[in-house]
Amino acid sequence: MIEIISETKCISCNQCVSVCPTNVFDRVQDGIPVIARQSDCQTCFMCELYCPVDALYVAPDSEGLTLISEAQAEGEGLLGGYREKVGWGRGRQPVASHAFMYELAKRTSF
Amino acid sequence: MSEKTATGELRLKTDVLVIGGGPAGTWAAITAASGGAKVVLADKGYCGSSGATAPSGTGVWYVKPEEKMREEAKQSRFALGGQLAENGWMDRVLDRTYANMNKLGEWGYPFPLDDGGNPYKRGLQGPEYMRLMRRLVQKAGVKILDHSPALELLADEHGVGGAAGVRTQAGGTWRVQAGAVVIATGGCAFLSRALGCNVLTGDGYLLAAEAGAELSGMEFSNAYAISPTFSSVTKTAYYKYASFYYEDGSVVEGAGSQRGRSIIARNLQSGRQVYARLDQAPEDLRPLLRVGQTNFFLPFDRMGIDPFADKFPVTLRLEGTVRGTGGIHITDETCATKVPGLYAAGDAATRQLICGGFTGGGSHNAAWAMSSGSFAGEGAAAYALKLGSHAADRNVGGLSSAPIAAEGHTVGDSAKSAAATQEAVRAVQAEVQPYSINLFRTEKGLNESIGRLDGIWNELKGRDVARTTEGVKAREAAAMTATARWMYHTAIARTETRGMHKREDFPTLDEAQHYRLISGGLDDVYVKKESVTKEAVTG
Repeated sequence: MIEIISETKCISCNQCVSVCPTNVFDRVQDGIPVIARQSDCQTCFMCELYCPVDALYVAPDSEGLTLISEAQAEGEGLLGGYREKVGWGRGRQPVASHAFMYELAKRTSF
Repeated sequence: MSEKTATGELRLKTDVLVIGGGPAGTWAAITAASGGAKVVLADKGYCGSSGATAPSGTGVWYVKPEEKMREEAKQSRFALGGQLAENGWMDRVLDRTYANMNKLGEWGYPFPLDDGGNPYKRGLQGPEYMRLMRRLVQKAGVKILDHSPALELLADEHGVGGAAGVRTQAGGTWRVQAGAVVIATGGCAFLSRALGCNVLTGDGYLLAAEAGAELSGMEFSNAYAISPTFSSVTKTAYYKYASFYYEDGSVVEGAGSQRGRSIIARNLQSGRQVYARLDQAPEDLRPLLRVGQTNFFLPFDRMGIDPFADKFPVTLRLEGTVRGTGGIHITDETCATKVPGLYAAGDAATRQLICGGFTGGGSHNAAWAMSSGSFAGEGAAAYALKLGSHAADRNVGGLSSAPIAAEGHTVGDSAKSAAATQEAVRAVQAEVQPYSINLFRTEKGLNESIGRLDGIWNELKGRDVARTTEGVKAREAAAMTATARWMYHTAIARTETRGMHKREDFPTLDEAQHYRLISGGLDDVYVKKESVTKEAVTG
């Protein structure tokens, strides 16, 4: 579930509020958004992917909270890790066009 | 045309209203718009990130129009699906998918290149695909209403003419009057937290049935995906490289991702945890697998688990009709329903026409979504344009089976109502999630469950529904209850094992039951037979 919105990184663009399919966040006047309905989170990672400044962290556990701290997530390089793998962000190549996609298809039947 | 009422209701008039903004809904919207129709698209979440496709990667049933390849493609899953797919539909979906995928390439989807340097188009990455689809919908001039779940369809004696719902972020309500409506709300996974599926609660089935449309193949509704116990990621394909173990490290004999899923289920059912390890993946394939499904590895990486080397506990997560093939019964090649003005596409519509009673991987599902979406978009646009510009001025009323509060009015105690809705959801989940009822089906188990589901339905239908987020959740609970009742009534009627529908008391396929089961009704559910060829209407 979504566990972290970094106060230091968040620029209040509210993209996460918009893209969350299950409306987990709330906008805050003159502030950064809040996780208002955490139990509605379906752990789809879309908010994290759309965050332009890597301020969000969705913990992998869809059933309960891991209570990871921002410092720990930051230290392990987790903030923005998914976005990097998908290849979104300036100067990155989308994973969709990765040569391995075709290499994998040649060897399997997916 | 747009106006706002004093109570904050957004009112729009348009030619075509599309409900749902996943692959089927977005293809319906851009196709209807290119046919000259004015289009509004309402998504209960956000068009571009909502639904099962956006967070996933998927194969696509993209086959070059060469006879031998097409024949092989059609045959590949025909038997698995219980021979309920139809040749003509497979042909037209293969044709349309081929055309649509080529269009995606022209419109900028970043396909990988094959050995000859040509785009390789047999797969799509959900985030990329759906972000592009949103842009295309906007470019086509379609008005998007995000975070705008529908509460009910609107109709008059001539047919469906719009829908009304709630704006969960903007506040207030919406009402769109339209010449035609396309339902593309996805399937029903009963809030099981399967990846991206918690917005898929069978809403469109209920809306369609309230308008008098029918369902088809609802017995093919018990898809379960292998996933780690701690994770939402339900990508079963990679488990073909898995070995399955008990806690003591001994191998679970016969367990597997394809035919051996029942063995995993029987163990879990008896309270014995099963573990998986992808130790059959060749070393040199592993980096390719990591790129092929980026999100598959995300939970493992974040938990510090190497799925190729470490054993991890697995479960079978219900995907219901999202990966099952039941859905709204479509009556012609434009994906029309039996109700004038109402169309269905994607997982909301039955996928039996190309899959029969079983779907393996996602490639057919992706092909069906984009093809049926464009068929429905064309059909709805042509229908609405034929009605003329005054079609959206008709005097239409709401069709909800539960009483919906008047615009601007509240109902009762909202906290009490929220608790009752949650209780109803848990009660429905207790009927559809257990393998003992839904996977290993028996007449006795299904009948007992129907008795309890009828009780939930009767309780919910009498409650007033507010035009609020809470009211939306109450309607979702009703939709899931109705879906479960169509599923189980149909499952009782099919006294054989075919496709994904498995009867413990009738464990073999019965040639005499080579037909579809059409269901419908709200308080009184009915099931009837329809021949397979009869559904293949030629244009």
